[in-house]
Amino acid sequence: MSEPASYPLLLALLATIVAILFAASLLTGVSGIGVVEGISALFHPAPGEEAVALVMREIRLPRAILGLATGLSLGLAGAVLQGYLRNPLAEPGLIGVSGAASFGAVLAFYTGLAGWVPLALPAMALAGALIAVLLVFAIAGPKGGCLRVILAGIAVSSLAGALVSLTLNLSPNPFAAYEIMFWLLGSLADRSMDHVAIAAPFMVVGWGLLALTARSLDALTLGEDAAVSLGVRLGRVRLLAMVGTALAVGAATAVAGAIGFVGLVVPHLLRPLVGAQPSKLLPASALGGAALLLAADLAVRLVAPDRDLKLGVITALIGAPFFVWLVLSDRRATE
Amino acid sequence: MLAQPCFAAVPARVVSLNVCTDQLAMLIAAPGQLVAVSHLAREPQSSAMATDAAAFAVTSGAAEDVFRLKPDLVLAGAYTTPVTVRLLEQLGVRVERFASATSIDAIASDLRRMGRVLGQEATAEALAVAMSARLERLAAAIAGSPPVRAIFLDANSYTAGAGTLMDSLIAAAGFRNIAADLRLTDTARLPLERLVLGKPQVLLVPERYGQPSQGEAVLDHPAVHGLIGHPPAIEVNGAAAVCATPATVATAEHLAAIGRAYAKGQGMADE
Repeated sequence: MSEPASYPLLLALLATIVAILFAASLLTGVSGIGVVEGISALFHPAPGEEAVALVMREIRLPRAILGLATGLSLGLAGAVLQGYLRNPLAEPGLIGVSGAASFGAVLAFYTGLAGWVPLALPAMALAGALIAVLLVFAIAGPKGGCLRVILAGIAVSSLAGALVSLTLNLSPNPFAAYEIMFWLLGSLADRSMDHVAIAAPFMVVGWGLLALTARSLDALTLGEDAAVSLGVRLGRVRLLAMVGTALAVGAATAVAGAIGFVGLVVPHLLRPLVGAQPSKLLPASALGGAALLLAADLAVRLVAPDRDLKLGVITALIGAPFFVWLVLSDRRATE
Repeated sequence: MLAQPCFAAVPARVVSLNVCTDQLAMLIAAPGQLVAVSHLAREPQSSAMATDAAAFAVTSGAAEDVFRLKPDLVLAGAYTTPVTVRLLEQLGVRVERFASATSIDAIASDLRRMGRVLGQEATAEALAVAMSARLERLAAAIAGSPPVRAIFLDANSYTAGAGTLMDSLIAAAGFRNIAADLRLTDTARLPLERLVLGKPQVLLVPERYGQPSQGEAVLDHPAVHGLIGHPPAIEVNGAAAVCATPATVATAEHLAAIGRAYAKGQGMADE
């Protein structure tokens, strides 16, 4: 199934889908700006087009960029976590990384810390994410017990969710309690270039670190002992996977809330197309994650434009049935 | 004589359960007549008379809490605390419901009705006449001046469409509410895109709570700061648009002055 020749083709196809969805994201909005008008306002606004340019540049462009970058982070982190833990369920959402990042961001935002200290928002989200990864990796142990990872993840994510709700319910600002949904389900509504500037640098560094694990993940498919004999430094891979995930997912969550299922679904969908090699899965999964998140954010805007539907609702609607299918096919394979 | 209904007597112990009836009653009731107001009456974001409310007891709004105060009249909103209100009626307490005002002009009739209900017609009449006179002066002052395009941008990108008290307040101040032009009715979501393309000349924004929220962060979005023509952002006391009270009239007068200054091109307080 995975002839080498088709792999570049697959990546090209995924990249094209991402490009189309990115353009669709730019051209979708409540105010019905035409394709030509929108694109010309984005690059060279004609006199009298300033308002359209403002909509394109300050409202739609950051939303599309964050959709792309957040999806890329989640897809890539999911592929790396699944490869490193050799666990098909390892995913930023399920193992609690997104939830803990959300809690970090909530603490920074609602205490006002993010207002006084620049970068406190992503820093706290990163810290939350890092603590969650550390916990899960520690509990999983050197051999990465499949069940233990998931149990630890469930514990971490429910605790983080509870702490998010508690913090927001206790905030003296009455709006805060309504924002529990944002932090637990994620949204790209009303994001701005400020959010892009806050999150993008961390995400890019995170992607770099995650990409560096590719070769080692290939060796790890042979088992840890074989990988070590092939020269893989386990401590280094572990550190790259941990810090890379914390940076990418932490920064994404700081500005878009916790978005589940992307990191789970995408690697599983693409693995049959790229073969068993994790190094090939990483770029494909990154592009696939970006495509899925951009598509989900388009769905949010097209299905119920005035309802401010949360992204996690759409990704769960896609992800949960997929999850069931994963379990069933696993049962069929083992029975 | 015989047909005189038993509640025509001046009620001696009045409890109010609604932030709007709270304020009307505080304005009109005789000293000692109003026993307790709702807890919202002390919240400056909802009540324009939050400081006055400190002089009154507050109730939780629970029926047992209210009943313990032995009221002979309970004032309620049309929709608020329906369970409590029905329970109190079953216990034989007289309840008067006031519909929430959706127009600034409701103030005179609401004041008069409160006067009748409390048996304080003279006080109420004087206030009602004063309010009507102020609204008439306001209407005369804005007549003929070109309407300035304004929109209310609330937290979470909500706005006040047609049929809201805020819309009526905006119109009374001589502005043209863009939300109504966009065919938005009641309290509706105003996506930032539509705000930008609506090109308001004046932006009306709510007073903020002390602690941050994502909902209020929308007001700081770069697209709002970058609005074409950089319309001044004028803070409106939200409580003035919750209930039709003298504060609503005062806010309309204040906004009208700002609007006239804008129309004359004198500039004004910036964002």
